[in-house]
Amino acid sequence: MDMHVHDRRRFLALAAAAASAPLLTACGAGFGGDDKKNDGSAAADVTGSFDWKREKGKTVKALLNKHPYTDALIADLKTFTEKTGIKVEYDVFPEDNYFDKLTVDLSSGRASYDVFMLGAYMVWQYGPPGWLEDLGPWMRNSSATGDEWDRDDFFPNLLGADQWSLKAGAPLGQGGQYALPWGWETNVVAYNTEVFKKLGLKPAESFDALRDVASVIKRKAPGAGFDGMYGIAVRGSRSWATIHPGFMTMFARNGLKDFTVTDGKLKPAMNTPEAIAFTQDWAGMVKQGGPPSWTSYTWYQCSSDLGAKKAGMLFDADTAAYFQAVKGASPASGKIAFHPGPKGPDGSLATNMWIWSLGMNAKSKKKSAAWLFLQWATGKEHLRKGAITYNHIDPVRKSISQDGAYKDKMKHLEGFIDTFETVVDQTKIQFTPQAQFFDATTSWASALQEIYGGKNAKSVLNGLASDLASKVS
Amino acid sequence: MTSLTETDHGAASREEGARQVRAVPRWRRGLRPYLLIVPALLLTGGILYPFGLGLYYTLFDFSASKPRPDMVGFENYRTVFTQEAFWNSAWVTVLYAVGAAAVETVLGVAVALLLHRSSRVGRVLEKILILPLMIAPVIAAIIWKLMLQPSVGVINHLLTPFGLGGVQWTDTPTGALLSSIAVDVWVYTPFVAILALAGLRSLPTSPFEAAAVDGAHWWYTFRRLTLPMLWPYVLVAVIFRFMDSLKVFDIIYALTEGGPGDSTVVLQIRAYLEAIRFQRYSFGISYTIVLWAVVYLAAMVLVRYLGRLQNRAAEVSK
Repeated sequence: MDMHVHDRRRFLALAAAAASAPLLTACGAGFGGDDKKNDGSAAADVTGSFDWKREKGKTVKALLNKHPYTDALIADLKTFTEKTGIKVEYDVFPEDNYFDKLTVDLSSGRASYDVFMLGAYMVWQYGPPGWLEDLGPWMRNSSATGDEWDRDDFFPNLLGADQWSLKAGAPLGQGGQYALPWGWETNVVAYNTEVFKKLGLKPAESFDALRDVASVIKRKAPGAGFDGMYGIAVRGSRSWATIHPGFMTMFARNGLKDFTVTDGKLKPAMNTPEAIAFTQDWAGMVKQGGPPSWTSYTWYQCSSDLGAKKAGMLFDADTAAYFQAVKGASPASGKIAFHPGPKGPDGSLATNMWIWSLGMNAKSKKKSAAWLFLQWATGKEHLRKGAITYNHIDPVRKSISQDGAYKDKMKHLEGFIDTFETVVDQTKIQFTPQAQFFDATTSWASALQEIYGGKNAKSVLNGLASDLASKVS
Repeated sequence: MTSLTETDHGAASREEGARQVRAVPRWRRGLRPYLLIVPALLLTGGILYPFGLGLYYTLFDFSASKPRPDMVGFENYRTVFTQEAFWNSAWVTVLYAVGAAAVETVLGVAVALLLHRSSRVGRVLEKILILPLMIAPVIAAIIWKLMLQPSVGVINHLLTPFGLGGVQWTDTPTGALLSSIAVDVWVYTPFVAILALAGLRSLPTSPFEAAAVDGAHWWYTFRRLTLPMLWPYVLVAVIFRFMDSLKVFDIIYALTEGGPGDSTVVLQIRAYLEAIRFQRYSFGISYTIVLWAVVYLAAMVLVRYLGRLQNRAAEVSK
């Protein structure tokens, strides 16, 4: 009997150990990264006149996230192959596990993918370990880059958002160019024109007004023929993604900062008296005018609720409303309008943004071909087609945002173009760049949930700041 | 005559077998036992290599921002054990595992006892019962997340006539934990029920026949015969479910992502966030090693208890 038990015990112990294996192996078989910075860029190897056919016959491997931008890209890949003779193989993953896949792949130090999608915030995580190719030398090399690519045509705040010196707290727009902007979202308010008309409401110009409007809609809309409608949809899940759209935009418009930087040292600032008051007000707005089960709300629920006429307003990415507003997309299509959202006390329309960017693997063995792909994918020809024929909006290039055909396409969306043009110059990344961004914002979202649940904002945010202070120092 | 012929055939066959064995070289015969254990060795290596590697990594401060790490000894473990977040996660993990395993055991055994009475309905229900096990837990959690959604979810829709339509299932710490346990119960109760049912069907019939002849009350039979003999089967189910629940990730992550606040951040979610999302590899792996130790200890205790129950069941069935 003893022997019997002993065998089972060993089996169970091994089974338990096996449970740990996936996470352990995810980190690769050796210390995966390389902290050596590449002094000489492979871009210097490209000489002579620029030629799209330079890497003819090669294959580039791309890792892509499931997104309308990706759909537009895949639909147009034939054009790239005809133009360059380069074949593109790609894997598409849903957003839920896209970044886990990318992180594990890059951290393994392999070159499974030559190019990939990433957000500007990911540069802060992937840049310091040396996983991202600095695209600056490629952009500056006229043998590698055609004149038609036209770097100056990008909105400068977008190009600058993917540029960083890799030093925590250092401002963006300096140092290496670790990705190229491809498509982006500015965070504004979209609203249901029907309910606004019926209740005699106007888009809020201040945060106080926004909270009032949200509360009025939640109280009055169900009795005015909008069954189950609440005031405002904002994200609430325990994720970094909850902080960056509406919350960070309004936070910045109130002149608040996530960190202060003194002599290169970061100090959490989300617990200043002003930040505490704002956070409490935000949680109060959600309680009085937000969705039920807010703590599980991602962009998807927010966007769907606006389209399903369950939300009177949405304070999130303009694209999250756009995809509900286009003709036939949802019950609310044709009845969604756009507004820059509330101004700060000093009239600020500082807005946070998300940029889907394209980056190159520093370990890629086909950098020249990969650069041709990046050049084409972020070039005027493809992006114009993506914006006009498909749903690749907001445009990262000035020429496309001013293109007549693009404006014609968007003009039926009430306030879309005006809102975009009002906020575009004030839209930038409002966070302080630092490698612990995802930890900081995930913890911040958790703190926001606790405040929403009734905990004291001051003690929760002081606890958060104290925890983060040791992590970012 | 027939018998003699069979003997002749048997002897011939044995001689033929011996000749074939002699034809195989001795070194090949010697190698055979080792070849037979190669798959087991490979499997063990596949388990132990990443485990050993993980243990090794925890002695460093390996992270994305420090790809060439320094040896820090047991500093990661010291940090884990001094973090309030760890103790919160450990407490949530234990609550979840005990809650889920307990409810699943009680419900699973009850269902098994009902199905044990052979009937046409029972046979149909047996087939239906297994359906939740066919669904990946993460899919089940997503389905339940939609069903528990307060405004459009079917659960609140069904509760509305009873005045309970406004429940916000996952918005409070207690609600989120109970909802997660409920999803686990929905997915895994059939597993316990099937094991318990198999146990019930394998029990010896003679003690029950003797009890019936003696006119024993059903409760007496259940308490003194069925339950003691069934316990080893139930405990096997408990061991699997408890260990599995200690390691839970998918159901909670899909349902609450660990929220609201830190209320459902179990150890696996903490490990995932640290190692993958925040890229502090060594620190994240330290969490999984601690979790492994907890699972291992729990398994040892339960398995030892299982042995005692098996002995007791053997006594009862005599």
